[in-house]
Formats: sequence, structure tokens, C-alpha cells
Amino acid sequence: MGRRLADLFHGRPRLQAGALLAGPVGWLVVGYLGSLAVLLVTSFWTLGELSGEIEQTFTLDNFRDVVENDVYRSVTGRTVLIAGLVTVTDALLAFPLAFYMAKIAGPRTRGLLLVAVLMPLWSAYLVKIFAWRGILSQEGVLNWALEPLGIEGPGYGLVAVWLVMSYIWLPYMVIPIYAGLERIPNTLLSASEDMGAKPTYTFRRVILPLALPAVIAGSIFTFSLTLGDFIAPTLVGSGEQFIGTVVRDNFTVDLPFAAAFATVPIVIMIVYLLVARRMGAFEHL
Amino acid sequence: MRLSRGSQALLRISTGITLAFIYVPLLVIVVYAFSVSRTFEWPPPGFTFDWFDLAFDNTGARDAFVYSVKTGLLATAVALVLGTLASLAVARHRFFGRETVSFLVILPIALPGIVTGIALNSTFTQVLGIDLSLFTIVVAHATFCIVVVYNNVIARLRRLSGSFEEASADLGATPWQTFRLITLPNTRTALVAGALLAFALSFDEIIVTTFTVGAGDQTLPIWIFTNFSRPNQLPIVNAVAVIVILISIIPVYLAYRLTREESTAARGGAPVASGAVTAP
Repeated sequence: MGRRLADLFHGRPRLQAGALLAGPVGWLVVGYLGSLAVLLVTSFWTLGELSGEIEQTFTLDNFRDVVENDVYRSVTGRTVLIAGLVTVTDALLAFPLAFYMAKIAGPRTRGLLLVAVLMPLWSAYLVKIFAWRGILSQEGVLNWALEPLGIEGPGYGLVAVWLVMSYIWLPYMVIPIYAGLERIPNTLLSASEDMGAKPTYTFRRVILPLALPAVIAGSIFTFSLTLGDFIAPTLVGSGEQFIGTVVRDNFTVDLPFAAAFATVPIVIMIVYLLVARRMGAFEHL
Repeated sequence: MRLSRGSQALLRISTGITLAFIYVPLLVIVVYAFSVSRTFEWPPPGFTFDWFDLAFDNTGARDAFVYSVKTGLLATAVALVLGTLASLAVARHRFFGRETVSFLVILPIALPGIVTGIALNSTFTQVLGIDLSLFTIVVAHATFCIVVVYNNVIARLRRLSGSFEEASADLGATPWQTFRLITLPNTRTALVAGALLAFALSFDEIIVTTFTVGAGDQTLPIWIFTNFSRPNQLPIVNAVAVIVILISIIPVYLAYRLTREESTAARGGAPVASGAVTAP
């Protein structure tokens, strides 16, 4: 059996590739893309007015609601605003750190810093938000630290959501910027310096343009992940609605509407990804 | 680049502040887990180990822990197989749409978790008509874990010449023999690193889980999420949170060590395949 299979595959690279790909591509195309298609189809269905059961008849009502209802429009606006603020905050925080790692620190420090940034990258997402719930609470760490200065922390609310989201997604911004900066040859910076450019000029005209695609690559994650989150608003918000919370609250009672609202981040991200690709960010993913 | 002493110092300070920003909250939760107070009171009025005892004795938390481990192991196993197959195809073969595979693999983690979650939920409940269960969580977790294995293994395969595998096939080995005797020993650490990261990712996930978890079942993050608002549970939740931090951070550290040693050897001391560890 094994022998005959081997003969069948030997010298037939296409067949080999096909056999390797069948499982994973099948899973992702049928299972994942298929599910996204189902999501889209579900969003055109409706709830029966009397039964409360899902009726599989085509309607645009859900989308009309999403686009025309002021409440949902402001939810979308608020979510996009926070996602944008988080992205800018993370870029500002990540850049100096990434620059120090890539261009200033020695090999040993660089290795240590890298592991320090990587370790909490994916881990303990929920726990991190939970930690901030403690820090920001009335009797928590922040108010205790600020008390001698006579000021009070932001407490739970929009500011807290912005702060916590920036905190959670920061490593996702550091890593691509670091990798992008590392790719810039040091000789380029020396050349700029030799020709009389001051560091600020070199930064503005050489480093920044070369690092921009990497920043955009990082922003894909900070932006996308903020767009769909509902844990942070629940744990450190003060009842503000976001795309994530609306979808979560509706999916048990009105799945078609939740599905329609979930297409909003998809559309936003498709546009975002198209722009990012034009700016060369995909090579830095 | 030669920077003035002043700007170097400034960079160093801002690096320090950012690192502190990353780690202080994690330390705070550790301190809270040992605080005698039943609230988020700071500074803690005293310290105790009691909450850990209570957490270990808490059947809800214990069941959720076992359930998380089960989910993580199964999802990792599926992701390991699918991710390895995809990376072998992309690294060793040329075919139409090769770039699309990388994009397809990243998609489940690049799109907001809520999209993945509700899409799978509609498919399970509306189209397939199956009840949410361990099976549905494992399918969901495996889907977004594939990328981690894929990125680790493909980074290794790209550094590894394909000629050994060709030689093995030319000498008459079956594809399975070649994989077992040539490819597997050379990619073993990348596979282990990928598996560790996949497990960590699954163990900590909550958003997709919310939409695919069966009624009555709880993963550890779901347990934390349903218990955080119960005042009496707070100290136990803090203790469980520390356990989650450890279980999700240690694999990432181990994976980093595994991939770093390889790439240091291969690239003459250049630090890390950052792309290998940071999936996205």
C-alpha cells in the first residue's frame, strides 16, 4: 500500500502539493470561508414577529437598521474612534521601544527586550483586562498612586477602554515595527549622517518612510482587534456600547441582526487591508 | 546611528516606561491574588495563600481548568496536523495561489474574534443544526491556531534545504518515510514551539469561545468572566487569574527559547525569527 502510494506520488509534485493542501485548505475554505458566507446569508434573514424563530426569507431590514438607526451609527462611530485612538497610541508607544531595540541596544539587551515584549503577546488576554479592572477600581492602585498629587484616576468608562485596549494590543505593534526597523541597513543611516543630515532630519526623511509599512502592518492588528472586542467594554467600561457588545447581546435573541452588525467590522477591515496592501504593509506581516 | 547622549537617554527612559507599562498590571494581579482583602483594596492590608487553596478546591474552577486543557490539547493536535501540511505544501511546492494560502491561514486571527465566533456559531446552529459542545470549540480554536503552527514550521522549512527530502525520495523512501526520517527530525523544535504557542492561544481565548461553547460548559476564561462580578468570588478569581498567566506565558517563553536557539545557529547570532513566534 505504502509502496504503491509512493510510486503514485513520486515525480508528481502537483499531486503531492494537492494531497498536502487538501486538509488545511479544505478546512479553511469550507469551514472558515464557508462560515463567513453563512454569516452573510444569515444577516439577510429575519426573526418571525410572532414566533421569534428565524425565518429564512430574504430581507434588507437588518442592514437598514445598522445603517440608518442613529443608535447603531453612533456605536459604529464610537468603536472606530476608539480603534483609531488605540492604533495611534500604540504606534507612538511602540516606535521608541522598537527603535531602541533595533538600532541602539546591544545584542544581549535586544534579546532580553524581545522576549520581554513577546512573552505577554498573546497570553493572559482576559487576565490583563481583569488586572486593569483592579487597577482602575475606586480603591485600586491608580487612585492610590495619584492621591498624593490630588488627582483621581479615570475610573471605568471610555478612557479606561481606550487605555486598556492600547495596553492589550501594544506588543502586536512593537514586533512588526522592530522587524521593519531591523531591516533598514545601518549604512543608510550613516550615509545620511555623512552628508550632513541631523538626526531629526535622518529620522524624518530616511527612517520614517522606510518604517511606515511596518507601522501600518502593526496597525492592522491593533485596529482589527479593537474593532471586535467586547470584553474590555464589559470589564472596564461604564455601559457604553461597542460593535462587539451589540453583536454579543443580540446573538442569542436576534441572530440575523447580530450577523448583519458583524459585517460592519468585516467591511471596515476589507477596506483597511486594501489600503494597507497598497502601502506595502503586507510584506511586514 | 550616532545619537546625542541626550536623545539616547531619552530613548532608554521611554523604553523603560513602556516596559513598566507592559509588566506592572501583571504584577499587580499577582499581588492581588495574595491579598487578604476581598476587594481590590490597595495597598493590600496583608498577605495569604488561602485563595489558592480555595481556588484548587473550587469545583467550578477545577472543572473549567480540565475543560480548558482538554480543549487546548485537541485544538493543538488538529492545528499541528493542518498547519504542518499547509507549510510543507507552501515551502516545498510551487502552485497557483500559493500566496493565498498564507493569507487564508492568517485570516481567522486577523479578523476580529467576534466575526469568527458568530460566523462559526451561525454555521453550527443554523446550517449544520448541531448543538454546541466540545467538538464545536475545538473546531473553532483549531481554526485560529493553524496560523501559529504554520508560521513556525514554514520559517524552519525555508531555512532548511529541500534537497535532503528529494534525495530521500529518489532513493526510494515513501513520502511517509521521508517525513518521519528527514523532515520531522529537522523541524521538531519548530513543531514543538508551534504546538506550545497554539496551546497558549487556545487556553486564553474567550471571544470566539463565547460563541462556540456548549450550554453548561465552561473554559477557564469563561469561568473567570462569569465570576468576576460576584463579590465573594473576587479573591478566588484573582488566584485563578495568576494560574492562567503562568500557563499562558510559560509556553510562549519556551517556544521563544526553542526557535531562538535554532535561528541563532542558522543565522550566525542574529536574534530571532520574530515572524516565527509572532504569528501575525
